[in-house]
Amino acid sequence: MRRREALAKLTGREQYVDDLPLDGFLWGMTVRSPAPRGRVTTVRFAKDVDWSQFVIVDHRDIPGANVVALIEEDQPVLAAGYVRHVHEPVLLVAHPSREAVRRAVRAIDIVVAPEPPALDFRLAPTPEQIQYGPDNVLKQLKIEKGEVERALAHAPVVVSGTYETGAQEHVYLETQGMIAHLDGDVLVVKGSMQCPYYVVKALQHALARDEAHVRVIQTPTGGGFGGKEEFPSHIALHAALLALKSGRAVKLIYDRGEDMAATTKRHPALVRHRTGLARDGRLLAQDIEVLIDGGAYVTLSPVVLSRAIIHAAGPYACDHVRIRGRAMFTNAVPFGAFRGFGAPQTQFAGERHMDVIARTLAVDPVELRRVNLLRDGQTTATGQVIRDGTDRLAVMERALALSRYHEKRDEHAAFNATHDVRRRGMGLAMFYHGAGFTGGGEVALKSRVRVAGRADGGVEVLSANIEMGQGTLTVFTELAAARLGLDPDDVTIAQADTSRVPNSGPTVASRTTMIVGGLVERAADDLRRRVGLDSTARGATVKQAIARWHREHPGKELFGEASYEKPPGIEWDDQSYRGDAYGAFAWATYVAEVEVDLRTCATRVIDFTAVQEVGKVLNPTLARGQVQGGVVQGIGWALMEECKWREGAMANNQLTNYLIPTSDDVPSIRVDFLENPYPHGAGGAKGLGELPIDGPAPAIVNGVAAATGADPRVIPLTAERLMELMESAEFGMRSAE
Amino acid sequence: MSTNSALHTPHSALSFTFSLNGRQVSVEVDPADRLLDTLRYRLGLTGTKEGCGEGECGACTVYLDGLPVNSCLIPTYQVRDRRVETIESLDPGALEPFERCGATQCGACTPGVVMTAWWIHEHSEFLQTHTIRELMAGNLCRCTGYDGIVDAVADSLGSKAGGTGKGKGET
Repeated sequence: MRRREALAKLTGREQYVDDLPLDGFLWGMTVRSPAPRGRVTTVRFAKDVDWSQFVIVDHRDIPGANVVALIEEDQPVLAAGYVRHVHEPVLLVAHPSREAVRRAVRAIDIVVAPEPPALDFRLAPTPEQIQYGPDNVLKQLKIEKGEVERALAHAPVVVSGTYETGAQEHVYLETQGMIAHLDGDVLVVKGSMQCPYYVVKALQHALARDEAHVRVIQTPTGGGFGGKEEFPSHIALHAALLALKSGRAVKLIYDRGEDMAATTKRHPALVRHRTGLARDGRLLAQDIEVLIDGGAYVTLSPVVLSRAIIHAAGPYACDHVRIRGRAMFTNAVPFGAFRGFGAPQTQFAGERHMDVIARTLAVDPVELRRVNLLRDGQTTATGQVIRDGTDRLAVMERALALSRYHEKRDEHAAFNATHDVRRRGMGLAMFYHGAGFTGGGEVALKSRVRVAGRADGGVEVLSANIEMGQGTLTVFTELAAARLGLDPDDVTIAQADTSRVPNSGPTVASRTTMIVGGLVERAADDLRRRVGLDSTARGATVKQAIARWHREHPGKELFGEASYEKPPGIEWDDQSYRGDAYGAFAWATYVAEVEVDLRTCATRVIDFTAVQEVGKVLNPTLARGQVQGGVVQGIGWALMEECKWREGAMANNQLTNYLIPTSDDVPSIRVDFLENPYPHGAGGAKGLGELPIDGPAPAIVNGVAAATGADPRVIPLTAERLMELMESAEFGMRSAE
Repeated sequence: MSTNSALHTPHSALSFTFSLNGRQVSVEVDPADRLLDTLRYRLGLTGTKEGCGEGECGACTVYLDGLPVNSCLIPTYQVRDRRVETIESLDPGALEPFERCGATQCGACTPGVVMTAWWIHEHSEFLQTHTIRELMAGNLCRCTGYDGIVDAVADSLGSKAGGTGKGKGET
């Protein structure tokens, strides 16, 4: 089936939040902290402005707790006299003219008495930089399997390495924005978001409203990638505060500069590996330390750290593993959810480290991975027994074959010997991604979905899971239609409006198709039961029964419902961090062919192969598009997307100098799937959305290492960074000859 | 800053006309107002999207006298007596390859992508000196990885030339 809303998007008819008709509204804007840390001593309003024309809100206007409710209740809606990061919201301003409100923001001066900020998460904080607990550690987690120190002491070889990854900006093409207004005594907030019920919770808490007096509506969302998971709650609160104070509708839309400067990014990370090995490359012990930069508030960092450490050891069997993770408080703009959620960082380190090991032991990188790859019956770092029957070796073999890995390596040897300034190389990465919330997370969410029967016999799917480009509307339509034997045209998907849809959990963690899609199927079954049919009834029989029910129950609502039930045999202990971290893992091997220009040290990906096993592929065009998009986002993270920081602020918060890949920067991405249907996922599917961001960076950087002989350990591997590395290592044209 | 600047009414409005999607329209705007804002907020044509506001992403692409331009960089006064065409002017029937090949995901870049893609379709002589990827490089897309877009352009050109033009979206 083709994407349901494709034509609306292609013709520009799809209405995003800033496209909605709205009359008599005010434009809202945020006045932000200029400093990374300190007491707000004065707020100066320029004297030549008639401030009576403006609606102005500060923390004293917040009716409930001055907190954006998430994991911890530490982040204020508006700073109350003290700021902990640059761009922290302090005041809100609104006016009918957008130009006027922009000028007003520039005419307000937030004066901060500076205090020493902590700006480098890699360094132990000095006493005057301590602002969270005794040591600025936001969260600490540990995974322990076997006896790692003893195994390291006895290992014939120990290889150590330190790896770093930078922040990454989401660059969803639609910037963030919200509209808030009062409908009687109900506060209505609509806008671009991944998690309508997160926004409901935040509004209730800070505005002291019960659920009946808060209504949140998701508007078509122009990309999210995690950037619209937790952050939209802030904008919703800001727009709502202005609307409540003014009694008018308020529209608050970030421009690109504000969006890049003030919203979340991927957590920067530093990962240290100490690996004990047999001479043939078998893993004997993995000791891994993971450090991530959380920024100035807790936000989702504990959960990002969790996923980071669970994925840190890679898809390999090893009896002795210790992974210690810490998320650090700094005075950076808080980092947040981004596709992959910690796993890309640790898997970059792990897969780059595998190639460092291969070079140290002089073993083939493919063989090193082959001997260590998890087989069914073996356990992950958390002790989860893998027994899904997936042929993981076949995934790797397919990637090697499709990329012509071995032939290309021979061709490159000849190419590199005959070219002065160009070097080519192949790099691979083998990785996995756990789908759904970690551990007991899905149980705690208690997700619910409804499938309603319409009077005309068609059905309507009601869930809080949203479309942001990844294909929810299409896949839910296909699942409901297939389950009931209906034509896709007989299925509608309700807008994610919290006054109508049940809480089916957030649209994150690659869970929408696999988990919520499964609830769509079961709610459809329940609907069929409620109209007196058994599970064999399909098509016209179902439609007629639904229509008949409505004739017999005029004015009544008909719906089937399903709530999450844990698949059997999944056990997780959050205290010891042991057990089944995820219901299912998707498995992949990616191969990058790169070319480095030795004069400029610029790297170009000239061929890319992505092979994965994601259970049953429900919609091949959508699935391929997810992989290709994720790979290209990964190429950007690997090679060009660099946040430049100046005193805790992003200095390059514009697309002129924060570069993301264009069509001309990337090759066509070759995609293939192996299918091993997952019995507990909708239609046999496993999660897919995040997996493709995990593999490109290590595959590409391994390719650069193979091409040049350099040993890059830090991304983004910009031309400048590679040049510095090659010069310092006395590489370059001469030694490569 | 004068207090006047805070008023909604532009303090130096000019009236002029231009051709928009084949019809003459008159506007009264501050001459420096961006064409993008005039289209979206004055004339209600919200099909043209803002992605970056600085001419980097191409989401706001429209045709000015038949050439694709970033409407966020065009002061409205510059289009006086000229011809502007927006996504709303395109024939939806021509967009089938884009639907089939997966050329749109979130849709925020899509109207701009389609405007550039359609311009390539109408000026396929440029493909003698440029690749589709080069010609599309002014339109950033964060979702598709570009394959779906490039395939759709190739496909639409193929059907124009009477060839098979089968996009990878159908494999």
